[in-house]
Amino acid sequence: MSAVVERVGASPAEIQPIRTPGGLDAWLVASDFVPLVALAFNFEGGAAQDPPGKGGASQMLARLLDEGAGPYNSDEFQERLAEHAIELGFNAGPDAIGGSMKTLSEHADKAFELLRLAVAEPRFDEDAVERVRAQTIAGLRYQMNDPGTVASRRFFAEAFPGHPYGRPISGTVETVSAVTRGDLVALHAATIGRGRLKITAVGATNADALAADLDRTFGALPEIAPAAPVPDVSITGLGSRIIADLDVPQSVIRFGVRGVSWRDPDFIPAYVLNHILGGGAFTSRLFQEVRERRGLAYSVGTSLVSYRHTAMTWGYTATKNERVGECLEVIASEMSRLSHEGPSDEELGKAKDYLTGSYALGFDTSTKIAHQLAQIAFEDLGIDYIRRRNEMIAAVTQDDVRRAAARTLNDAQMLVVIAGRPTGLAAA
Amino acid sequence: MRTLDIAAGSSRHIGLRTDSAELRRSEGTGPAISTYRLDNGLDVVVIPDRRVPVVTHMVWYKNGSADDPIGQSGIAHFLEHLMFKGTEHHPVGEFSKVVSALGGQENAFTSFDYTAYFQRVAPEHLERMMTFEADRMSGLNFDDTVVAPERDVVLEERRMRVETDPSAQLSEAMAASLFVHHPYGIPIIGWMHEIETLNRTHALDYYRRFYAPDNAILVVSGDVDGAAVLKLAEATYGRNTPRGDGTLRFRPSEPEPRASRHVCVADPKVEQPTVQRLYLVPSTGTAKAKESYALEVLAEAIGGGPTSYLYRKLVLEIGRAVNAGAWYMGSAIDETRFSLYAVPAEGVSPTDLEAELDRTLDAAARDVDAVTIERAKTRLIAETIYSCDSQTSLARIYGSALALGETLDDVRLWPDRIRAVTRDDVVAALQTSLVKRRSVTGYLVKGDAR
Repeated sequence: MSAVVERVGASPAEIQPIRTPGGLDAWLVASDFVPLVALAFNFEGGAAQDPPGKGGASQMLARLLDEGAGPYNSDEFQERLAEHAIELGFNAGPDAIGGSMKTLSEHADKAFELLRLAVAEPRFDEDAVERVRAQTIAGLRYQMNDPGTVASRRFFAEAFPGHPYGRPISGTVETVSAVTRGDLVALHAATIGRGRLKITAVGATNADALAADLDRTFGALPEIAPAAPVPDVSITGLGSRIIADLDVPQSVIRFGVRGVSWRDPDFIPAYVLNHILGGGAFTSRLFQEVRERRGLAYSVGTSLVSYRHTAMTWGYTATKNERVGECLEVIASEMSRLSHEGPSDEELGKAKDYLTGSYALGFDTSTKIAHQLAQIAFEDLGIDYIRRRNEMIAAVTQDDVRRAAARTLNDAQMLVVIAGRPTGLAAA
Repeated sequence: MRTLDIAAGSSRHIGLRTDSAELRRSEGTGPAISTYRLDNGLDVVVIPDRRVPVVTHMVWYKNGSADDPIGQSGIAHFLEHLMFKGTEHHPVGEFSKVVSALGGQENAFTSFDYTAYFQRVAPEHLERMMTFEADRMSGLNFDDTVVAPERDVVLEERRMRVETDPSAQLSEAMAASLFVHHPYGIPIIGWMHEIETLNRTHALDYYRRFYAPDNAILVVSGDVDGAAVLKLAEATYGRNTPRGDGTLRFRPSEPEPRASRHVCVADPKVEQPTVQRLYLVPSTGTAKAKESYALEVLAEAIGGGPTSYLYRKLVLEIGRAVNAGAWYMGSAIDETRFSLYAVPAEGVSPTDLEAELDRTLDAAARDVDAVTIERAKTRLIAETIYSCDSQTSLARIYGSALALGETLDDVRLWPDRIRAVTRDDVVAALQTSLVKRRSVTGYLVKGDAR
């Protein structure tokens, strides 16, 4: 076991890197404050690997892992989770199938065994496949005319046409209907392997116990081939405006420009820039101009999207149909101003203060810590990232932010997608 | 962001497993909590969790949307928004700027029975948060120019949550039908046409009636020491003047229901029908003996996830639904709602599914066995242990309980009381409470909105 430990945030908790006897790598934050163990992990792969015409297959795979495995059918498996209050869940993202487990420490043995069965021996019983398909389709129908869903789906389709990122992760009624049991078995064999696995654990356990649990759970998974290559891609349609007609009194707006990926040296400056433009505080420019000053919307903001093969800055808001034009003008004008003038020194200083000061807020529960670490591990940012991160933010200069602005804000030439019936506005 | 607390389970996502993520109460062996009451009536609760240098600072007021004056629905929530608009001592935006510059997070939420404000900061900034929050407990003052834009924000919020979502419209219609007299039937955010008329005077009148230390609870959780917090509380909130009996709430109570009701929202945008049912049932505030605990266990046993009775019958066995479940909004002062929901399988009509739901429910008293009850109790009690992992969850659990008039013992003993629920208790709750005349059934269907 390595002697290197990293502190979590500003806290006394330490991250231990673990190499198990069976050769698996993991990070552990041991804490017995609450008698529970939380685990987060990712298998590289995900929805970008869905076969052509079978969009949603990875999401179905994720949903089926705990619907029957090893000796247990779906109901028997779920009963074993429930009777010990073990929480187990899987989800497909664009580049990974992620999982999480939470258990009381007294039931940890049971929990790891059920997790082993779920990843190594899922059954894909015909009735379970059909039920999950029906549930997925019902979910798709339920969201079909939801303005937020319509806007987001259309946005990705316009931003990444012909690329896997342009397809919805949960698929469509048509593609989900086309997924066969054979597709799921093949996708499982191609995705759920130990070579593509990143694991983090938090809670009432120790390095030796965890190493044994992990070997038992994941050790027998196959070393599988790398995922099929996915081409790098950039957001397209910048400067165009799309309207998805929907009979609702309020239009949902999605807007996007280029971004900077998490692994890019300019990520941190872009992150600071995003905070100033539309990050999650009441002080951002868009929040102030769109909501506080004009009452145009309840929610408005931007965030950085970093996938393995693309990056973008995208934003969201919703305003009544009559004010869509005004709202878009305000957003474009703020983006353009920031792009030309940069932030003031005071604004930059305050953004850095907020981002460094608030970092610890993301580490106050075991589940949050596990997920933060899992993401850092998945992005290969290094076990010392949490320690370095605030120093990197503190070091960001005006030049850095302006460089990030030049790479992303694009003089406010955005791709805009509007779901609703905006008045006095045409597609462009 | 300045949100409505649409309480547990009432969100209508029809994901695969709609186990409601209600905050559960703390385990009996949980954190070492200290409590205190200031001379001006402010209750103080301190919940230490020294793992991370973070504190959660919350102030809860014992008034919510159910205390909105007639004709001013939404005023509690609108005022919550206006609480960010400045005081006599601090201009609009200053508090938020300070929170942000200190690396803190803040927000607020309004529910039927309470309104709460919170910040999360490093412990050394707690005093500053308390100073600001105590200041806006009595010194709120804003210009008329901020009122109109903020009312527009709330109108956009309502458009986002309800006006564009037929499923939310069904929820509103069902609640309005279930509560024929009590204000729980009025949406927290208010009706559109009444929000449009709310003004500065309405907000300040409401504020002066309810915002006072003797109508509030201070909860601080995280990296703090009880004695130190009490000292800070004396120095800050200790200066606020109590209001006396003026803050008491007066609520009409529901008449005994006699009519089973049906409502339907038809909208061309609906592609997936759903069936829902609400029952008028006792809450923690009105229940006699252990009724409310029995209802908690009942909801979990018949509708808490994929091993629940309804899911097994309707989804796994007969395949007439793709999802089914139940939830109980136990945390309430007055009589409250218990819900069942089911999502029909392809080709099954809402009427047929409702009939199946009723047949299943009729058999439940016989079919729900001791093993199912034990599993439900295990899950409910485990949730209380899981919630000890989050200082924010604990602050919310204690704050909301006290705001509803419960005691700290009610929170501490919750797991024991759940453990003590027997199968007979659950069956009795089912047979007494889940009866047609106490219910509203709602259909969401595709159709002409006219």
